[in-house]
Amino acid sequence: MGLLEASNVVAGYGQTEILHGVSITVEPGEMVTIIGPNGCGKSTLMKAIVGLVKVRSGIVRFQDTDISGYPPEQIVQTRLCYVPQSNNVFASLSIRENLEMGAFTRDDDYRSRIEEMFRLFPDLAMQPGRKAGTLSGGQRQMLAIARAMMLDPVLLLLDEPSAGLSPAMMGTVFERIREVNQAGVALLLVEQNAREALRMSDRGYILVAGENRLEDAGKDLLSNPEVARLYLGG
Amino acid sequence: MIFLQNTAKRINLAWTPGHTSVAIVIVALAVGFLPFVKMGLVANGVFLGAIIALGAIGLTLVFGILNFANIAHGDYMTMGAYIALFIMGSLLPQVGIESSGLGPFTFGYSLLIALPVAVAGVAVGAIVLDVLIYRRLRDRGVNVVVMAMASLGIAIALRGLVQIIWSGDTQHYPRESRQVYHLPMDVRIPPDAIFIAIVTIILVVGVYLVLTRTRMGKAMRATADNPDLALVSGIDVQRVTWWTWELGGVLAATAGVLLAVFQAQILPIMGWKFLIPLFAAVILGGIGNPYGALVGAFVIGVTSEVSTQWINPSYKPAVAFAIMIAVLLVRPRGIFGGGRS
Repeated sequence: MGLLEASNVVAGYGQTEILHGVSITVEPGEMVTIIGPNGCGKSTLMKAIVGLVKVRSGIVRFQDTDISGYPPEQIVQTRLCYVPQSNNVFASLSIRENLEMGAFTRDDDYRSRIEEMFRLFPDLAMQPGRKAGTLSGGQRQMLAIARAMMLDPVLLLLDEPSAGLSPAMMGTVFERIREVNQAGVALLLVEQNAREALRMSDRGYILVAGENRLEDAGKDLLSNPEVARLYLGG
Repeated sequence: MIFLQNTAKRINLAWTPGHTSVAIVIVALAVGFLPFVKMGLVANGVFLGAIIALGAIGLTLVFGILNFANIAHGDYMTMGAYIALFIMGSLLPQVGIESSGLGPFTFGYSLLIALPVAVAGVAVGAIVLDVLIYRRLRDRGVNVVVMAMASLGIAIALRGLVQIIWSGDTQHYPRESRQVYHLPMDVRIPPDAIFIAIVTIILVVGVYLVLTRTRMGKAMRATADNPDLALVSGIDVQRVTWWTWELGGVLAATAGVLLAVFQAQILPIMGWKFLIPLFAAVILGGIGNPYGALVGAFVIGVTSEVSTQWINPSYKPAVAFAIMIAVLLVRPRGIFGGGRS
């Protein structure tokens, strides 16, 4: 039984249907990457899983519970957490306040968790009072991940964590993501930088026009000449 | 159209060097004009500004977090003022508590009972209205114009309710006449103004502490900043909404009672008429910016009072709007340029 099982998910915005029945699974502790051309529905799938976009038909099961009708704040409490692609920090709040907001649903003392996040992301520990809006792109991305980590997720969804980052910063962010995964957190990743992401991933899915196109182990997708030509830019 | 301005919505509590320079400019302008101005009007404007500030801070928080212009905010003030009138004028005398003088003030101890009751009443009323009306509209995903129009309907309904219960006549709180304080430069300060200043300072500090020190206050700022991220962080946005109404209601009711004390009269239309300076202060300060609303309130209060030195007092609201437009022409996002695009 998979940790996350989305089957035949149909979702969209208003009149427009973006996902025409997409299925993916993530096993416990696994890192899975979704790639595909722009507009294929990668981000929409993420939003449908976390409840920001309504699932019109199909089912999303997480740890054997059907979460497809849950509101986002309830899904988060099942320890399925999500880092959006853009605007993924509270810009007018400080680093520490951002982490506190990540822990909003926790009633216990989460201060030790904040310290853990500071150890995992040392960049954030230097000025915990600094406004998130003043951080560099890479620091923001790490804060966004740390915020989502506050609830100690079993599965973390990352939408384009490397978007807009310098190559050096990208390396650092991917390094942190790998560390998060090695700590036992299953990851579902949407990534423009497909080669790098697939290299780290156990499995990958290729999504085209709101439908599954291909599913394979990460390294097999990388070595597949057709995939390389069509989706990895040669 | 202020209702369509869906851009700036971040509760900005950071005091930046930019803010300092803006504040210096305002102070310099004010000082430069002082020799030509009757100081009595300035003092009056400061106290009026304090009352505007209470209303405007609540309005800007609701605007920032719920993302619509609550036209009924002025009538929440009116409700607060009338609930206090009911307590002081009818209820307490009936149970035998006559309003005896309280220190140098025109009102008695009964105001100290009536104020918290009025505040609680309006705070609860604001939540009831949210549950009955606003939440239903939000759940249907209506846009900000519809929300604002709904609040306009609520404003008119509340005013009608006040008129049915208390009639449309001018009334006032039980009061005794008191000596005003005579200060140099022909400044006369009624003792009640001191009370207004103290209550305003306490509430402004209180709001600041709530927004920066409490979990719910931080969640309010987070929700104003980024509603979707608040949802996926697990923040209970419905609870945040209610706390926002609580805070807005508390501030509005207090402003209403203080306005009734300050003007020494109470009218069903008082809150409605106060909307213009309220919105002028909110927009002047940048929507969603409580500091901005505070400063904007004093700018509006003082300038519109001082304008009566040269202009007929009935043009005060026009002066408030003229100042707002003039500032927005130079700084389209308000004095402090709060918010994002």
